[in-house]
Amino acid sequence: MADLVSHPDEVKVISSRWGKGATDIDRYLELDGYKAVQKALTMTPDAIINEVKASNLRGRGGAGFPTGLKWSFVPKESAKPKYILCNGDESEPGTCKDRLIFEHDPHGVIEGAIIAGLAVGAKSAYIYLRGEYRYLSIIMQKAIADAYAKGFIGKNIFGSGKDFDVYWHGGAGAYEVGEESALMESLEGKRGIPRIRPPFPAVVGLWGGPTVINNAETLAAVPAILLMGGQKYADLGTPRNGGTRLFCLSGNLEKPGVYELPMGYNLKKMIYEVGGGIQGGRGLKAVVPGGSSTPVLTADEIDIAMDFDSVMKAGSMLGSGGVVVLDDRTCIVKFALRTIKFYQHESCGWCIPCREGTDWLKKTLTRFHAGGGIKKDIDNIKYLADNMLGRTFCPLGDAAAMPTIAFVEKFRKEFEDHLEGRPCPFAEHGTISQLPVLA
Amino acid sequence: MKFSDNLEKWFAEAQGHYPTKRSPLVPFLLYVQDEVGYLSDEAIVEIANRVELTPLEVRNVISYYSMLRTKPIGKYNVQVCTNICCLQRGGEDIFEHCKKTLGIGHKQTTPDGLFSLEEVECIGACSWAPAVQVNYDFHENLTPETMDAVIESYRKREQQ
Repeated sequence: MADLVSHPDEVKVISSRWGKGATDIDRYLELDGYKAVQKALTMTPDAIINEVKASNLRGRGGAGFPTGLKWSFVPKESAKPKYILCNGDESEPGTCKDRLIFEHDPHGVIEGAIIAGLAVGAKSAYIYLRGEYRYLSIIMQKAIADAYAKGFIGKNIFGSGKDFDVYWHGGAGAYEVGEESALMESLEGKRGIPRIRPPFPAVVGLWGGPTVINNAETLAAVPAILLMGGQKYADLGTPRNGGTRLFCLSGNLEKPGVYELPMGYNLKKMIYEVGGGIQGGRGLKAVVPGGSSTPVLTADEIDIAMDFDSVMKAGSMLGSGGVVVLDDRTCIVKFALRTIKFYQHESCGWCIPCREGTDWLKKTLTRFHAGGGIKKDIDNIKYLADNMLGRTFCPLGDAAAMPTIAFVEKFRKEFEDHLEGRPCPFAEHGTISQLPVLA
Repeated sequence: MKFSDNLEKWFAEAQGHYPTKRSPLVPFLLYVQDEVGYLSDEAIVEIANRVELTPLEVRNVISYYSMLRTKPIGKYNVQVCTNICCLQRGGEDIFEHCKKTLGIGHKQTTPDGLFSLEEVECIGACSWAPAVQVNYDFHENLTPETMDAVIESYRKREQQ
């Protein structure tokens, strides 16, 4: 069980039931559970979609695509069954929010999936959970069984004459499976390799049927949206970025944890007030604002609003909401190496720019960090990453390239210092300032 | 090859949840591995028959997922995360400490077959770093000292 934290600035919508025993279905009902589904059953599919559109809810997996719009892409008539697929294969370094959602509010996800199903005309939902989270799969399976026992899912839900099934599905360790088309492949019992698009999942998805794929956090927000109204939820955030966000604060902070804050919350305030400042009172060097795939921000670039549009304007991405804080002892070359090591390990190997690119980047950065670098390497690292960008079937290639480019561009001096400091100037002394100043 | 009644029950039920035979393959592989210890040749043939694939097709799936293995390991698999958030909070020190304490390296097993050690990618414990997963148990906010206590608790479990 992961520890819960809290801060007065939090606005608890998704996390409102955390720590209140809501895994128990009766307790969940006491806390307004399944009221949103009952409301949805009185609404037309278009009315549900319009409510979600009004909420300005954008996909919490990373891309930030408007959820209501995504749902509206599903064709009304389909010869094949339609499906809802909940992406709970959370694996982006820096991100650990879905874990708490499933641990504390599994029925919230089920309820969100049912409402999504009612909105697009699907009769079943699959909740795909990463394999490492075994204790959560037990919680989830119990929640599903309890919901069946109460008649909230299955045949004739809430006596409405409508049927809706919810199934749990477990992964077995693969970051790539978090990509929506790879997720479908994995659920179909195959290697989790992405599909070529178009066609998009909303038209041709699971087993050829139209499929809505939403992140666990996105679905968990849906019941609250229906109950409070789309506009009220939207007003919690900023224009075009409705509601709240689960921010996973990690790295060198005094009070790391998962906090639910309004969209647009200031990053600097998030670090120094919510997160309690830098561990041990040290200096801040950089922040990775939205999970390992998002370009790093330097210490003087953090006075920004944390919503999809503002972070993009600042040259990075809000991504999956994983804020990783780096103190002044951090060796950026090593941090870049560890980041790329992850992407090299997780590349599915299908397309060459990603498979070969991540491998060459890892090899070059390993040699460079160990003291075997040459000046030309610095430009070569950036050149390699530049040539991966936008040239792969799925976003994993970009996810590896974007942070690498930012590390070299924003901390070039540190890469240059490694050529003189050999092997790593941080290894012994902790800070690079103790190096001789080089011409 | 026979699987436990529980596993048979789960598989029979799970197959009814999907329109194709092979769909529950990934969780099925993991559950069989949990029961057998690893995906033996015999287990792979049995699984292939159940989902109407060739053993080669099943192996093709196994080789993709980092949690699936075709060789036995120790009873307790100590998986140390050294990814960026754990790195920032001493994950590498924990890994080095485990190497020393257990006397083994990455993907090795102690001679008594009790522990295996593995450096793994992000396990979703970023806000509670540094973190270690032993089989399916999470251990978080670790120091070398508390890591020793974790290892000791599994040793004790064996002596009981």
